[in-house]
Amino acid sequence: MVVPCELRYTSDHEWSRFHEGRVRMGITDYAQDALGDIVFVLLPEVGSRVEQGGVLGEVESTKSVSEIYAPVAGEVVAINGSLADAPEKLNSDPYGEGWICEISPVDSDAYSGLLDAASYEQLISG
Amino acid sequence: MTDPEEMTHPEKSEAHLCAGGRAASAPLLGHDSEPTLFELSEPGRRAWQLRTTKVPEAPLEQLLPEVHRRGAPPALAEVSERDLVGHFTRLSHRQFSVDLGAYPLGSCTMKYNPKVCDEVASLPGLADVHPAAPASCSQGWMALLVELEEALCAITGMAGATLQPAAGAAGELTGLLLMRAWHEAQGQPRRKVVIPDSAHGTNPASVTLGGYETVTVKSNARGCIDLEALRSVLNTEVAGIMLTNPNTLGLFEEDIVAIAEAVHEVGGLLYYDGANLNAILGVVRPGDMGFDIVHLNLHKTFATPHGGGGPGAGPVTVSRHLASFLPGPRPRRVDPGVDGVGARYEWTTPQRSIGRVHSWHGNALVLARALTYILVHGDDGLREVAERAVLNANWLRKRLSGTFDAPYDRPCMHECVLSAVSLKRRSGVRALDVAKCLLEEGFHAPTVYFPLTVEEALMIEPTETESLQTLEAFASACDRIVARAGTPEGAAEATEAPRTTPVRRVDEARAARSLVPTYDTRR
Repeated sequence: MVVPCELRYTSDHEWSRFHEGRVRMGITDYAQDALGDIVFVLLPEVGSRVEQGGVLGEVESTKSVSEIYAPVAGEVVAINGSLADAPEKLNSDPYGEGWICEISPVDSDAYSGLLDAASYEQLISG
Repeated sequence: MTDPEEMTHPEKSEAHLCAGGRAASAPLLGHDSEPTLFELSEPGRRAWQLRTTKVPEAPLEQLLPEVHRRGAPPALAEVSERDLVGHFTRLSHRQFSVDLGAYPLGSCTMKYNPKVCDEVASLPGLADVHPAAPASCSQGWMALLVELEEALCAITGMAGATLQPAAGAAGELTGLLLMRAWHEAQGQPRRKVVIPDSAHGTNPASVTLGGYETVTVKSNARGCIDLEALRSVLNTEVAGIMLTNPNTLGLFEEDIVAIAEAVHEVGGLLYYDGANLNAILGVVRPGDMGFDIVHLNLHKTFATPHGGGGPGAGPVTVSRHLASFLPGPRPRRVDPGVDGVGARYEWTTPQRSIGRVHSWHGNALVLARALTYILVHGDDGLREVAERAVLNANWLRKRLSGTFDAPYDRPCMHECVLSAVSLKRRSGVRALDVAKCLLEEGFHAPTVYFPLTVEEALMIEPTETESLQTLEAFASACDRIVARAGTPEGAAEATEAPRTTPVRRVDEARAARSLVPTYDTRR
């Protein structure tokens, strides 16, 4: 399972990257492997506001439908629209082309409160 | 329980296993898939012939105004009756069914449907009655419906019933509408319904359809509801909780009485999803556990046919304080007569009824089958159904616990949830591959990847109708599949299974990503 050390994580198997005032997020390699072939992603709307842990959207695989939760509170400022036609990017490149959305956080400290790679790795191996 | 080791007979040959039940059946004739009717089509060929009559032929233009005429004939398949019948017969021979072999599809209770139930449902006195016949001409039907309502109330420990809902999910919606009507009548409309994380997917869907918000509560390490987590989400905004007991892991909610008390304390109602009633039939009643609303899947517990597009039935029973909200009209016995002779029935609509949830009186012939099943078994027989269903599931759980992982090592109820996690780590062969390999072995696959709380889940529900020999044959097939996965070649083959069926491994992901729901007849 790939767990890039420069990212932050949540116990809901999502990754976050803080860059130029925005938090980009997606689902982890572990999550995509557990979900199996992803067939549909319901993206949030740009401009919508979310609470930390609030529902951002949905990921549907051949096995199940799972909700996507906001790693930090804030406003959705960008979405990866290419997932509409190519949801399989979540499987093939979860940390790269499979990113889901970017949030402008209300509080930039919230990001540093997320799990670091070592803690997340421990979580998925436990 | 007898140790499975003593009950298996490894020295017996496959042929011996036929005695006592032949579980594995391969209905799938031939190795090629059946073409569509359009592919069989030949221009000008017909499956019909009109008689010559003395009625003169009139041009279409005289009979239909232009606006109602099509420009070209519809592109229907052109085949002879012989080809048409051959096509559908070949398709029917390629179906796996409960009449053919073991169908351990967890959560679905695919038990054998006794033929006596069909025989009763086809009696002209039942089958030929028009649903609009006045009550005076349908007293026999009404007596049957009242008797079924009473039987279902007795089985669930409830006070009133509606037989209208068309199936399980329709029953769920009916139950939630009853919940809503009850809270509104108390002058306290509420917004939320609590559902455990192991619930059937229909539960949250019904909650949304019923106009409520879902609140999910997590399971504990024993696979049951975490009572503290439940208490933390309970408040006066909660209309109720939807529970399946035994739950979708096949485990009995041991804290059910405490759960009921906690929900009732905040003024909420308890909804019993009857999907797993087969496990407790005649042993314990949802009413005694504290439930207020119960839906029953007649096609599961009471052996009526499992759809295939046919009608289902999902009656709902309720406790006394909810009876006046039930859908109507309901059949009511207005005069019991003497020993049933001279009894009289009429249609009534409960005082605060939520209204109809189905046209006429529900899918009545399914209801006739269910009552037949109940009467044929009697009280003791129904209890034995549950006992045998639980025994069979536990026997398989023990027998297969070396083959797969057993995430919850405690007695299960009518189904067991195993996991292919170790197999996947060892060989790359997943639960899905095991399911596909079982098709090659002549068994219907178990449910896989459900409940979501178990990784690589295999949910096996043998039901009470399979014999010990059948269970052993199924377990042996699982052993063979896992053994074959031990070599790299075997594992690779497993990921390609099924290879001996007319339709091989389908690409589920592609089917979902680029769904084409139409067929171009001109190609």
